[in-house]
Amino acid sequence: MNAPLHLLLIPLFPFAGFLLNGILGSRLPRWLVTTIALVAPLASFAVVLSAAPSFIGNASPLAVLPYVETCPFPWISIGTLHIDFSFVLDQLSLVMLLVVTGVGFLIHIYSVGYMQDDPGYARFFSYLNLFLFFMTTLVLAGNVLLMFVGWEGVGLASYLLIGFWFQKQTAADAGKKAFIVNRIGDFGFLIGIFLLLANFGTLTFSGIAAKLTANPAWQGGILTTIALCLLLGATGKSAQLPLYIWLPDAMEGPTPVSALIHAATMVTAGVYMIARTHGLFDHSPFALGVVATVGAATAIFAATIGLVQNDIKRVLAYSTISQLGYMFLGCGVAAYSAAIFHLVTHAFFKALLFLAAGSVIHAMGGEQDLRKMGGLRKKIPITFWTMTAGVVAIAGFPPLAAFYSKDAILFAAFQQGANGRILWFVGLVTALLTSFYMFRLWYLAFLGTQRSDDAHSHESPWSMLGPLVILAILSVCGGWIGIERFGAFLAPAVGARQAESTIPHLELYLSGAAVAVALLGWFIAYRLYQQKPERATQLATALPGAYRLLANKYYVDEFYDATIVRPLRVFSKYVLGWVVDGAILGGAAWLLAGITTFAGALLQRWQSGNLRSYAAWLAAGAAAVLLFALVPWGTVWPHSVELIQKVAGH
Amino acid sequence: MNFSSLLQQEVPVTWYLLLSALLFSLGVVGFLIKRNLITVFMSIELMLNAVNLSFVTFAHQWLHCDPLLSQACMLAQPHAVRGQIFVFFVMVVAAAEAAVGLAIIIAVFRTRATLAVDRIDLMKL
Repeated sequence: MNAPLHLLLIPLFPFAGFLLNGILGSRLPRWLVTTIALVAPLASFAVVLSAAPSFIGNASPLAVLPYVETCPFPWISIGTLHIDFSFVLDQLSLVMLLVVTGVGFLIHIYSVGYMQDDPGYARFFSYLNLFLFFMTTLVLAGNVLLMFVGWEGVGLASYLLIGFWFQKQTAADAGKKAFIVNRIGDFGFLIGIFLLLANFGTLTFSGIAAKLTANPAWQGGILTTIALCLLLGATGKSAQLPLYIWLPDAMEGPTPVSALIHAATMVTAGVYMIARTHGLFDHSPFALGVVATVGAATAIFAATIGLVQNDIKRVLAYSTISQLGYMFLGCGVAAYSAAIFHLVTHAFFKALLFLAAGSVIHAMGGEQDLRKMGGLRKKIPITFWTMTAGVVAIAGFPPLAAFYSKDAILFAAFQQGANGRILWFVGLVTALLTSFYMFRLWYLAFLGTQRSDDAHSHESPWSMLGPLVILAILSVCGGWIGIERFGAFLAPAVGARQAESTIPHLELYLSGAAVAVALLGWFIAYRLYQQKPERATQLATALPGAYRLLANKYYVDEFYDATIVRPLRVFSKYVLGWVVDGAILGGAAWLLAGITTFAGALLQRWQSGNLRSYAAWLAAGAAAVLLFALVPWGTVWPHSVELIQKVAGH
Repeated sequence: MNFSSLLQQEVPVTWYLLLSALLFSLGVVGFLIKRNLITVFMSIELMLNAVNLSFVTFAHQWLHCDPLLSQACMLAQPHAVRGQIFVFFVMVVAAAEAAVGLAIIIAVFRTRATLAVDRIDLMKL
């Protein structure tokens, strides 16, 4: 076996950063806060990097077997249930960790510039480090329960960071919304965990996988139920239909948070979870079909909403939901390595897009409305060029990152028979929409004429531009590793990639189609927003119904409000509030209080403060005792002794 | 029976106990009906001394030797002197109580300018 890898250090560094900045941050000088905040993810990243070589080359035992590190003390040990604090490092978690700590570190650097004037500087970084602690725990977890701890933890960090500017009512509301919607997903996840425990007797990923491998005939049934429960959890965390509604509102948080948590890392936890428990899904074709359908539906659904949004961050948020849909689609067609590949490239280009958008917002002095931007190309050239790299990458032009990863998913979908062709077609239309709305954003923000008279637009400091440049390079080059090599590397963890298609050059044709729709999307955006800007508004007025439907996000929030939130409110107010709390609980409390008050009012008369009345009672008491002791009751009243004994309980 | 022989006879224990009960009852009644705090206080002393009288009476009844003549006799039955010892304790405690009680009465009189117990019915001054 190799030398120990010290996996525990990976989450512990950010945790130390969280404690230091969280407790002492407000008293430390700013440079020290910055140093602590940056060293924590960097150290974790270094530990992950130092572990990476152990997985390369077939000679290493880690190339085939995961590395397990178990805390010597048991975590939960009740009866036959034993759960340890165990961390697992295999190809899958290694890739995730590299993304989480690497991109996380870059976004920490960016935040130093972005948050420099914020009074909550130390608080912000302590939350960011807390997020990294939980996220690395989630990724490294060797059993479902520990993963759930990380899962809940990132939800907490997400809540804290969305509501970071809690003085703003919308931000506080958005934080609550994210947390509550995620709770619905977590409910599914928890039920899944209980079912796993009941049916497998173990919660370790290796144990579950071993049981599934041992029983290849075990299909569907309870496995479908478990898989669907886990999927519900994943749709909550990864913002898929029907629980995606929290993510657009989460844009109320600071932009680096949107980049790190709500684009690059946390929201991909659902995809990671499905890839991690892929054995379950592989044994349930129905659940896989649901995953693929949810993914494809979310992809096109969110993309259509993204077409008409005017807030630069909301466009990106819907784009994130749409891209996560692609990843679910990939998982649903059992192309886990393709899904993870897209997860990685998406982390690069979407973090880039968000950070660049943050730089734009910074330059515009807080303005997020695309309609008020324009002509920023000359003012902020570095942001412009890095953003361009991100836009071209997400649109799916070769040889940039998303071309390879999106292509791998669509290719895998296409090979799944007739249903797969439908999924593929949906994915292709989504690619068209993606290309259109990203170029729309690009034209509106950077080209054309300046639409606001704010002349102070300025380029951001280098702490913000540096990460942009690095992420731009990664967005351009990230896909060059190719799905073949990436899939082969991940194969020990998520299973081998499917066999090549029998149709010759199929992948080439499909790639051609993808590039064609990307070009088409760009062309439409070019015609509408560059050549004839008035066309866009004409189109919107020509189709008022469709435009309003999209601009109002299909009225999903309103629908949930009417069907769930309002009935729940009414139920809470009248049934729970008035009947249960007011009448039953309140009544019981009032009754108790009333009895006590009444008894007190009666007994109060004894406590008059009058010395002679006390003395009289004392004398009366003494006389009663004497009477009881001295009078020969047996002779006076023959039955009295029995009566006294009965009363005394003998 | 002439007077001198009457003097030489021992007074019966019952008389002492009747006197004690009479004194105690006087104390109780005084405690209950008197309105002056000092009189009430004196009633308490009366009750204490009535009890003392009972103690001494019973001690004398159970002690079958002359304490002035035979010390050995007394040492032989130590429980029989407890009644007398108790009386001393009651007297000491009563003395301490009188000191504290009179101090309180003076303090009350200074602040309230009255010693009528019916008007002293609040814990706070």
